[in-house]
Amino acid sequence: MDTPLKRTPLYDAHVKAGARMVPFGGWEMPVQYSGIIEEHRAVRTTVGLFDVSHMGEFEVDGPEALGALQSLTTNDVAALDIGQVQYSALCYPDGGIVDDLTVYRLGADRYMLTVNAGNIDKDWQWVTSHAGGAHWRNISAETALIAVQGPKAETLVGRLAERDVTTIGYYRVAYGAVAGVRTLISRTGYTGEDGFELYVAGQDAARLWAALLESGRQDGVAPIGLGARDTLRLEMRYALYGNDIDATTNPLEAGLGWIVKPAKGQFLGREAIEKVRAAGPARRLVGLEMAERAVARHGYPVVKDGAPVGVVTSGSYGPSVDRYIAMAYVAAPHAAVGTDLGVEIRGQAKPARVVKTPFHPSRTKK
Amino acid sequence: MANVPAELKYTKEHEWAKREGDRVRVGITEYAQEQLGDVVFVELPKVGAKVTAHQAFGVVESVKAVSDLFAPISGEVVEANGDLPKKPETVNKDPYGKGWMIVIKPSNAGEWDQLLSSQQYERFVAEAAH
Repeated sequence: MDTPLKRTPLYDAHVKAGARMVPFGGWEMPVQYSGIIEEHRAVRTTVGLFDVSHMGEFEVDGPEALGALQSLTTNDVAALDIGQVQYSALCYPDGGIVDDLTVYRLGADRYMLTVNAGNIDKDWQWVTSHAGGAHWRNISAETALIAVQGPKAETLVGRLAERDVTTIGYYRVAYGAVAGVRTLISRTGYTGEDGFELYVAGQDAARLWAALLESGRQDGVAPIGLGARDTLRLEMRYALYGNDIDATTNPLEAGLGWIVKPAKGQFLGREAIEKVRAAGPARRLVGLEMAERAVARHGYPVVKDGAPVGVVTSGSYGPSVDRYIAMAYVAAPHAAVGTDLGVEIRGQAKPARVVKTPFHPSRTKK
Repeated sequence: MANVPAELKYTKEHEWAKREGDRVRVGITEYAQEQLGDVVFVELPKVGAKVTAHQAFGVVESVKAVSDLFAPISGEVVEANGDLPKKPETVNKDPYGKGWMIVIKPSNAGEWDQLLSSQQYERFVAEAAH
């Protein structure tokens, strides 16, 4: 490894809590505390805290901001109210995905983008070189992000917040102090549970983290590592950049057609994506359920009657569904729900079936 | 430091071996299961299979990783723990007890003396951690 790993403002708190730290996207992050399955269950049953400060945040404001975002992203930014959040993607002209992200409309002409940690430099280069006329600010380094996720998230955040958080709807955002810390309170997440993502200044992160842990004791709060974050999002079939989507995949085959809005006008990748839409994607990202105990992992071949028809992008044991599940790109003729396929694991085809997703029902606030 | 029972022998691949008469019971160490994290899959050879020292005889998978299981000594598999494929978490809960993997009837008695003592294994783990 050439460059030293970066650390979030919560690094010391993780080490003190006995977390196992691993390299992830250029960062030294907690992969687990008590154990992935136990942490996964804590989020589904009570509430978990995630340090996702490694993620990147860009601000763009001024009269050029909306136009810049419309030309860069696939979703329709003009549809956003102030205080609304939108899932979207940056695409290359060939339709491949630069990154997936969330777009926040914070003011009349003020927006924030939240991007994947491993893509911060690439995305910054991308947005500033393709929409450099707008006023951009990369606030990743000074911004920390704590996700509070689970059925008790509203109780916990509500107890510490000065404002009423029950009125913040799903994919809505509002400013308010939490545990005395100025916070951008976003009702979003990556687990399929109700919850919040709390954006704070880096120097306030440790104070907020400690307050959430302390106050959350009565709710059964637990710190959650990236390992459980991955199994939680897999059960929801949420795509992970670098695993399920990347420069070689387009949004339509990834099942992200709902964030592509060609009617809004021109944007990077539009023509290529519209060609795919007209012809129909050659392959589709599907959910697979293994018929027996077998862990399908990223890169394993998917076969039909011995012939290769696809590739696994993510897979694990799903603790809440108690099944071995996976996401895979499968040639369109074999992608229908109910199709029997195989996943080649150590040279042996293990039976798998295309199933409906999410694997686990979503319980996000509606 | 993880528990390393003094009466067992060990490999650098983090298996333990226990002599039971003319047979040898095999599993993975507490340190190994800690490093793996939650075990969700175990694949073991069938009774009657031949295993070779330092070569893979099975697979253990955690949520995050796939690891081969290595035979401490050569011989024939005379027992395999049939509970593990159904209850892989037993490997985490009781690595030296109910989490055993296979019992081998050794074909080369001399290999036993090549295995690490508990002190040697502890030292090996301590060095690997740095």
